[in-house]
Amino acid sequence: MALALEALDVSKRFGARWALARLSFSLPEGRSLLLTGHNGSGKTTLLRLIATASFPTAGVLKVLGYDSRAQRDALRPLVALVSHASFHYEDLTAAQNLSLTARLLGVAKPSTVVDELLGRLGLRERADSPVRQFSAGMRKRLAIARLLLRAPKVALLDEPFGELDPAGIAQMEALIAELQAQGASVVLATHLVEQGQRLTHERLHLEGGRKAAAA
Amino acid sequence: MTPTLPLVVLALVVAGIVAHVTSPAARRWVSPAVGALGVLMLAALWYLGLFWAPPEQYMSDVGRILYVHVPHVWMALLAFTLNVGCAVAYLTKKSWVTDALAEAAAEVGVYFGAVGVLMGSIWARPTWGVWWDWDPRLISTTVMLLAYVGYLALRSFTDDPERRATWSAAAAILSYVSLPIVWFSVRWWNSLHQVQSNPSTVDKPMVAVLRWGAVTMLCFLFVFIVKRYELARSRQTAALELPPLEAPRPEAA
Amino acid sequence: MTRPSLLGAAWLVLKKDWQIEWRTRARLTALLFFSLATLLLFSFAMGPDVTTLRAHAPGYLWLGLLFASVLSLGESFRVEAENQALTGLVLTPVEPRAIFLGKVLGNASLLFGLSLVLLPVTVALYDVDLGRAPLKLLLVLFLGCLGISAPGTVYSAISANARARDVMLPLLLFPVLVPLLLAAVSATKFTLAPDPQEQLGSWLRLLTAFDLIYLSVGFLLFPKVVEED
Repeated sequence: MALALEALDVSKRFGARWALARLSFSLPEGRSLLLTGHNGSGKTTLLRLIATASFPTAGVLKVLGYDSRAQRDALRPLVALVSHASFHYEDLTAAQNLSLTARLLGVAKPSTVVDELLGRLGLRERADSPVRQFSAGMRKRLAIARLLLRAPKVALLDEPFGELDPAGIAQMEALIAELQAQGASVVLATHLVEQGQRLTHERLHLEGGRKAAAA
Repeated sequence: MTPTLPLVVLALVVAGIVAHVTSPAARRWVSPAVGALGVLMLAALWYLGLFWAPPEQYMSDVGRILYVHVPHVWMALLAFTLNVGCAVAYLTKKSWVTDALAEAAAEVGVYFGAVGVLMGSIWARPTWGVWWDWDPRLISTTVMLLAYVGYLALRSFTDDPERRATWSAAAAILSYVSLPIVWFSVRWWNSLHQVQSNPSTVDKPMVAVLRWGAVTMLCFLFVFIVKRYELARSRQTAALELPPLEAPRPEAA
Repeated sequence: MTRPSLLGAAWLVLKKDWQIEWRTRARLTALLFFSLATLLLFSFAMGPDVTTLRAHAPGYLWLGLLFASVLSLGESFRVEAENQALTGLVLTPVEPRAIFLGKVLGNASLLFGLSLVLLPVTVALYDVDLGRAPLKLLLVLFLGCLGISAPGTVYSAISANARARDVMLPLLLFPVLVPLLLAAVSATKFTLAPDPQEQLGSWLRLLTAFDLIYLSVGFLLFPKVVEED
C-alpha cells in the first residue's frame, strides 16, 4: 500500500538543539494521524518539514512517495498547511488574499471560487475588509479557505480548533471528514486528545522531539 | 637583488600553502614555518624598502610607503577572492569548512584593506596635499572595505548558523561582483574631473622590492587566515555541539 | 488547474505589491514627505546660492531617492515577514525567482513613481531645467530605480530576518550601490545641463550594465536566500 508519510530517522536541528531526533514512522495513504505532545515537543517542526517549509537536518522524509527536499516542486501542490502563521497579507482584504492564492494555483474562474469559499466559511460580509481587522477566529477560517482552494492529498492542521467558536469547531470537524472522504490524509496536531482521536486513525506522541508512548 | 628572487620565494610559499591544504600531516609545521619566513622577509623589507631601493623619481622618499601599501591592498583583494570562492562553494554544497574559511578570509581581508587604505591616505597627504582624494584606487578600496564590514556585521547579527552561512554567502557574492564595477565607475567619473598624476615610472629595483613586499604580506595573510579559520572552526564546534542522537527507544516503536 | 508561468507568477506578485501599496497609501504619503524633507534639507544645508544648488541637483535627487529606497525596501519585506507570508508564497508554490522578479519590479515602480513626484520639486527648489532631454531623463530615472531595487531586493530579503535590520540594509546596500549612484547622478546631470562631450551615452551604458548584472545575480541568489536548503 502506498504511503502518505514515511519518515526514516528524521532529525531537525535548530542551533544547538534537536527539535526532532531520529524520528521514524509511516502513515498509509488515506489514513489520518493525530500528533500529540507538549509545547516544544516538535509537532510544529514536523508539520513544517512535511509541508516543505523546512527540511530535515538528517534522515529521509518522504511524502506521498516524494523526497521532501529533492522533489519539493512536485510535492508542494499536493500538501497544504494551516498553522499559527497564517501566511496572509495583513494589508490585503480576505478576498484579495484568497484570489492571489487562487490565481497562483491556476484555479479556473478564481473570483467565483473565492466568492463561494468566503460564503461557505461565513466570511462573505467581511470579504473586503483587510485581514488586519480580523479576529483570530476569522483568520483561522480564512486559512481554512486557503487550504480548500486546492485539493490536498495531505492536509496538515496545526491546532485547528484553537480560537474557533463552537460553530467553527463543528465546521472544522466536518471539513476534516470531507477531506478524508476525498481520500486525503489529515495530520492533526492538537492538545485535545479525545477529540483528535475521534477524527483520526493513528496517533504519534512526541516528547522532546522523539517518538514516545502516549501518557 | 633581482626582480626574479621574490618570485622564487613566492614559489616556495605557494608550495607551502599547497602542502598545508592538501596534506593534514604538513599542517602542524607549515604555518609556523611560513610565519617565521614572513618575519625574516619583513626585516629584509625594511632594509630593502628604506635604504636599498633608490628614491622614487617624483615623490622621493615618500614613495617608499608603496612597498607596503600596495601589497596590503593586493592581499585584501586576494582574501576577498578566497571569500567569494568559499561563498560559491558553500551555496553549491553546504559545508561548515567553507563557511568558516569565508569568515576568516573576510575578516583578514578587512584588516589588510584597512591598513592599506590608511597608508594610502598617509601617502596622499604629502603627494597631493590632501588626506583624501578621488584616486580611483583609494576610493574603490574604501568602498570595498565598507562592503565587507557590512558582510561581517551581517554575520554577527544573524543567530542561526545555517541561515548565517547562506545569507552571508549571498552577500559575499553581491559584494564581490561590485568590486570591478566600483573600480570602473570611479575611474570613469574621475577621468572626467581631473587626471591625477600617478607614478608610472617604475624601475627594476622598485619592482623587485614591491614583489618582495607582496610575498612578505602573502606569508602573513596565510598565517592570519589559518589562525582565524581555526578560531572560526572552534566557535562553530562550540555552537553546534549537540547531544548525541541515541537510537529511538524501543518501547515507543 | 494550470499554474501560471514564471512571468505570470511574477506579474501576480507584482500586482499583489501594488495592491498592498494602494491599501497602505498612508505609508506611501509618509515616504513621499520624507523624501521631500530630504530635498529641502539639502537646500538648507547648501545655502541659497542657486548656481550651486542647480549644479548639485542630480546628486540631491538621487540621495533623496536612495534614502527613501532604504525605507521602502525594508517595508517591502516587513510585509512579507508578517504571518510568514513569503513562506506561504513559496509553499503555494511560487517559484522564488518569480517572487524576485515581482518584488524587484514592485520596488522599482514605487521608486520610479516617487522620482516622478520629486522632479517638479527639484525645479522649485533647485531651479533645474527639465525640458532639455525629458525622455532620456525618464530613462535614467527608470534604470536608476531598477538598479537600486535589484540588489536591494536581495539584501532586504536577507536583512528582514536579521537582528538590527534597519541598520543592516543600508550597511549592506550602500557600498554596492556606489557605481549606480555615480552613473545615475552623472547621467541625470547630462540630461539637465549641456553635454558637450556627449558623455550621457556611456553613463547610460554603465547603468544598463549594472542593472543587468544585478538582476541576473539576484535572480540566481534569491532562491537560496528565501528557501531553506
